[in-house]
Amino acid sequence: MYSYSDFDEAFVRARVAQFTDQVERRLDGSLTEDEFRPLRLMNGLYLQLHAYMLRIAIPYGTVNPGQMRQLAMIADTWDKGYGHFTTRQNIQLNWPKLPDVPAILQALADVEMHAIQTSGNCVRNVTADHFAGAAADEIADPRPYAELLRQWSTDHPEFQFLPRKFKIAITGSPNDRAVTRAHDIGLRMVRDAAGEPGFEVMVGGGLGRTPMIGITVREFLPEADLLPYVEAVLSVYNTLGRRDNKYKARIKITVHETGAEEITRMVEERFAELRPAFGGADQALLDDIRAAFAPPAFRNAPVDGFDAFYKADPAFRAWADTNLAEHRNAQYAIVTISLKAHGATPGDATSDQMRLMADLAEKYGHSDLRISHEQNVILPHVHKSDLPAVHAALAQAGLGTANVGLLSDIIACPGMDYCSLATARSIPVAQELATHFEELKLEHEIGPLKIKISGCINACGHHHVGHIGILGLDRAGVENYQITLGGDGTETAVIGEKTGPGFAYDEIVPAIERILRAYLGLRLEASETFLQAYRRVGLEPFKAALYGSEGEKDAA
Amino acid sequence: MSRRFTPKVVTANRLREGDVVYLTADDRWSPLHHEAELIDDEAHAQMRLLHAAAQKLVVVGAYLADAKAGAQGPEPTHFREAFRTRGPSNYNHGKQADLAG
Repeated sequence: MYSYSDFDEAFVRARVAQFTDQVERRLDGSLTEDEFRPLRLMNGLYLQLHAYMLRIAIPYGTVNPGQMRQLAMIADTWDKGYGHFTTRQNIQLNWPKLPDVPAILQALADVEMHAIQTSGNCVRNVTADHFAGAAADEIADPRPYAELLRQWSTDHPEFQFLPRKFKIAITGSPNDRAVTRAHDIGLRMVRDAAGEPGFEVMVGGGLGRTPMIGITVREFLPEADLLPYVEAVLSVYNTLGRRDNKYKARIKITVHETGAEEITRMVEERFAELRPAFGGADQALLDDIRAAFAPPAFRNAPVDGFDAFYKADPAFRAWADTNLAEHRNAQYAIVTISLKAHGATPGDATSDQMRLMADLAEKYGHSDLRISHEQNVILPHVHKSDLPAVHAALAQAGLGTANVGLLSDIIACPGMDYCSLATARSIPVAQELATHFEELKLEHEIGPLKIKISGCINACGHHHVGHIGILGLDRAGVENYQITLGGDGTETAVIGEKTGPGFAYDEIVPAIERILRAYLGLRLEASETFLQAYRRVGLEPFKAALYGSEGEKDAA
Repeated sequence: MSRRFTPKVVTANRLREGDVVYLTADDRWSPLHHEAELIDDEAHAQMRLLHAAAQKLVVVGAYLADAKAGAQGPEPTHFREAFRTRGPSNYNHGKQADLAG
């Protein structure tokens, strides 16, 4: 993986020193809160409901074992011994104290980490396919491009005060695991007719208050044009984007108001101006970065042990069936470690669990770990013969849950248990859904299903692209949950449809059960997934199941 | 006629620790909601809020939150404020742990 250059190191250290001074000046009264707030936000420090929260960047979701151990140390020393992995592939600490934050940032810098640009109207952490460099369907590892974008966007003087925050996602595979169509810029690697790799460039996707699927402004962008093209998009947005209304400031609104054709024309025009200014330094840098992401030295060894274990041990078999994905090396597998034990908080890991995952990555996983936007941890390169040992160790630490891609593998934002923007809780809804369906033993019967929960309209929990989306709202002083169905965050991205009136806190789990029992009753065969069935029959049968005859009347 | 003023408490987060506190009638910051001063006069509420906001080295983000009288003292009326009195529901962290025992 990429290691800091002297420049990166000096930049991050300088920022720690600067923020240390700013914290001191806040604590001695030289800075007011109004002056200090933008400074702390630039360094990822929020004030939430019960405490401060520090959002630490995990660029494109990649961490090494040393970094994971340092996160565990930080959680033990200055927080409550755990961390929360987010849908932005970051990690959040929920209980830091202001005077301790400089020391935390120093400890992060010691392992080449920081919290810069995890807030504010700038280019945020660039997210990527969590299977990058390992997936069987991949054209090329997207992380070198993500790293190039990270370096380019960090402290970029032109883009520190954009109309609003800006999120870029990139995937090296035609199968989109990075929800690229719901980002300000989505980059999906494709090949042209000659077989050369490049990017489909999508602009103006986003969830939140006004969910939109990004439009394709370029079907095929040669990889050498990536940086000038992204800069052209940012440049057009920076000029056109609305600064008069926070709710209309994201690029999705700019695209919508300007029109796809006109925005494409403007981007291309700006690109034509910028392209000649890129003299090749970016490509030379990209080559250096690429070397840092060279594939590991894959081991060549028999996999009979895996096959025998798979046949003999049902617990291992269940886990292998759900939590493994196809690796480009047939002797290897991609392991998804579920942070969704039934009843646990989605995305949380204790410091002990972090250390165990670091140890396993070091011993069995070529020292590579990833954080997925689905709030799980990935060991991208595990030789199949090591899988039984990995599974046994995970199971002992409460990390062996065989549920990836199933009902209880729920995305949930922190919601009103932590977040000051939230309008309702999400975590307990996720916990109750998982335990309820575990008791019913229906999870495997139901099969592949993505439930995503947000505790407010900002949609950090990606509810719009959940097969079942749940949005928590405050309706006249009471928590109320709105359901959307049929959302999809992959290359066939769709925003889910609202079913109708929402449900109270104690009604939401039974409502989801009615939807899923209706699905079990109407599916053509066990292999027809919830999403496939929904696409075949539409909203009405589910509305009827949710609202009874009233729903049927509405359908008429 | 103007609408009747809903009683309020002054609440904020402590600058250093970030935890939730309430302004008492004797000018302390208490972690306990029921120790807060319940204010039923709008002008007085504004005065108390100004007093709170001036304490820049003690608290951050002071605001007026709706409350009602209860047996032990003021009680929150909205679920958000009720959560702020105890902490998150997924772990025994925050006030519910800090104030126990």
